[in-house]
Amino acid sequence: MSFINKLKNKFKQNEKEEEVSKKYQEGMTKTRNSFSSKINDLIARYRKVDEDFFEELEEVLITADVGVTTVMDLVEELKMEVKRQNIKDTNGIKDIISEKLVEIYYGEDQAEIEKLNIQEQGLSVILVVGVNGVGKTTSIGKLAHQLKQEGKQVILAAGDTFRAGAIEQLEVWGERAEVDVIKHNAGSDPAAVIFDAIKAAKSRQADVLICDTAGRLQNKVNLMNELSKVKRVIEREIPNAPHEVLLVLDATTGQNALSQAKTFSEVTNVSGIVLTKLDGTAKGGIVLAIRNELHIPVKFVGLGEQVGDLQQFDANAFVYGLFADLGTEANAE
Amino acid sequence: MAFEGLADRLQSTIKKITGKGKVSEQDVKEMTREVRLALLEADVNFKVVKDLIARIKERAIGQEVMESLTPGQQVIKVVKEELTTLMGGEQSKIAVADRPPTVIMMVGLQGAGKTTTTGKLANLLRKKHNRSPLLVACDVYRPAAIKQLETLGTQLDMPVFSMGTEANPVDIATGAIEKAKEEHRDYVIIDTAGRLHVDTDLMDELQQIKSAVTPDEIFLVVDSMTGQDAVNVAESFNEQLDITGVVLTKLDGDTRGGAALSIKAVTDKPIKFAGMGEKLDQLEAFHPDRMASRILGMGDVLSLIEKAQTNVDEKQAKELEEKMRTMSFTFDDFLEQMGQVKKMGPLDDLMSMIPGASKMKGLKNAQLDEKQLTQVEAIIQSMTKKERVDPSIINGSRRKRIAKGSGTSVSQVNRLIKQFSEMKKMMKQMTNMQKGKKGKGMKFPFM
Repeated sequence: MSFINKLKNKFKQNEKEEEVSKKYQEGMTKTRNSFSSKINDLIARYRKVDEDFFEELEEVLITADVGVTTVMDLVEELKMEVKRQNIKDTNGIKDIISEKLVEIYYGEDQAEIEKLNIQEQGLSVILVVGVNGVGKTTSIGKLAHQLKQEGKQVILAAGDTFRAGAIEQLEVWGERAEVDVIKHNAGSDPAAVIFDAIKAAKSRQADVLICDTAGRLQNKVNLMNELSKVKRVIEREIPNAPHEVLLVLDATTGQNALSQAKTFSEVTNVSGIVLTKLDGTAKGGIVLAIRNELHIPVKFVGLGEQVGDLQQFDANAFVYGLFADLGTEANAE
Repeated sequence: MAFEGLADRLQSTIKKITGKGKVSEQDVKEMTREVRLALLEADVNFKVVKDLIARIKERAIGQEVMESLTPGQQVIKVVKEELTTLMGGEQSKIAVADRPPTVIMMVGLQGAGKTTTTGKLANLLRKKHNRSPLLVACDVYRPAAIKQLETLGTQLDMPVFSMGTEANPVDIATGAIEKAKEEHRDYVIIDTAGRLHVDTDLMDELQQIKSAVTPDEIFLVVDSMTGQDAVNVAESFNEQLDITGVVLTKLDGDTRGGAALSIKAVTDKPIKFAGMGEKLDQLEAFHPDRMASRILGMGDVLSLIEKAQTNVDEKQAKELEEKMRTMSFTFDDFLEQMGQVKKMGPLDDLMSMIPGASKMKGLKNAQLDEKQLTQVEAIIQSMTKKERVDPSIINGSRRKRIAKGSGTSVSQVNRLIKQFSEMKKMMKQMTNMQKGKKGKGMKFPFM
């Protein structure tokens, strides 16, 4: 039962499914093929596992926003492991690094945590939350498109009644994905919009209702209360709903993402993360800490502005991506 | 919360050295390690941290720290000084073109807050500088981005120039300048679409707009929650566009904002403004020194101390202490004390300056109300001199009179009197405690 075998299997699988979508590859070219070669580079440069080696490893992970505590813990564990197995040269540590990283992500359960919880029958409600400017509305548009492609009947609720132009923005996405949008006027009560949307979704016998909400910083008590009211309305109208609460995180965000995940979870019981803007140079390593500390899995990654640019999360590809810059740094120095 | 302030971090190391006559090089090393972790946790870029630590170490190992009586405090001082130097001085001036209109271009990643900041900036220009800006909607890509700017324009009652989503952003920008000249608008603020710094096509577009309208200012708008990637973003925007300044948004959140330091370090361009809320008047001048404290997670302790020092009359403070000890603290003293606190600035500001205050559950949700303070003042001022000295004489009819005189209710008066007597009790306990500790009293954690 070794992680490394699982990793290898996943690798092979990935090789088989080459068409894993070009988008994903385009979006993560910098990240994808690099893992083993980068690690190899590091290993070639430091034949011996010593303090310098660990320091550079530390550096690489911190630069990917993995977070100081997580990195320190990881490196500490690695050091122990090296001692225990009496590993002297860096070749031996290669497997252990990947093993540990994937272990951090998956922890105990390796079940299908990335899958979206959509009911076989009846209405499934997805509530989408997050701070300002992370890409909630855009992600909803993409998700609606995807579900529609799968043959689901989707309805969107324009719950961001605060930001200028937010309702219109969702409407444009609604047109693109060819799904209905339920809206009120700007400035109205978001809970009321959601309430109406649930009614509409029920009467139109929709499969999925995706609820947009206004962006809010997690330290704004009143706005967080408003969000919990929205959630209560959903709970009251449909038992077991919302079936998913997706927290949208910007991959460029640093350590504050952990605080976002914590607070939004307290208020809305977040079930999954959408990691957006991963097509830039940011790595979004903080989701490792979020998964490790709060046990919230990433469900989707956003890789661009087109309607098809939302992909299911692949933990392995992601973990490799964290090391993307290792080789370039080594060459530069 | 995973974050600890620098002061907390340094505490254990400091414990070890207090009592020691001298600080060893090893001690300094341990301290700088904690500083490094604190900075990294605050999202300051790795390389920037490395350089900083090298400089701090040099100064710390030198005489400054090792011969100081309070090495912990000294380290924090050195760190803060280095950070403040790196951040540069306060600069919130906006360029003025010789021949109007002055053109400002807003650039940045998606979701940084460009459009909102455009609105806020226009508002600021009109309010503070008496200017009449024209807003320009050049974001033709994101759905409803133009609509967003138009809505802001309506809210501000300010004109917005747009040509729909089919037009070329370069044409829109040049068209807007013409329009501004015609209508004698003295500022033009161009809102551009959010884009990744690695998107060559869209970065080219920005360069084209730049050469078409030769802006006097190019502001890079950056989300203050940005992590390690801030250096890459700032560096490439600066390289390709030679930005003139930075606006840091969403600083009203609880992020440490280490990105600010990273951006300043790699671009050497001033951070001019900070977005402090969703309302259109919540754009403030950026205070580098405050940011330095925030990154260190120590609140604004230093400036709080300074404020207290400058605003609290020392003689008065001594008298007050004497009164507290002898239990002759009266409502008059209370009033005076409130005045002292008020002099230091808005209560909310003071609270946010106290390290750890945000972590205290009770305080976090207590929305401090200046109105309440005014009421308390009114109640005390409605008391007679005798009543202020000896509250025990305040009977039912006196309470009614006081309530009437201050425009409050009897229950509010009751509450204040009760609170006052409880406060007195607490003071007694505190002074007793101080005696026990040989007058050590309250100290900040890093001292």
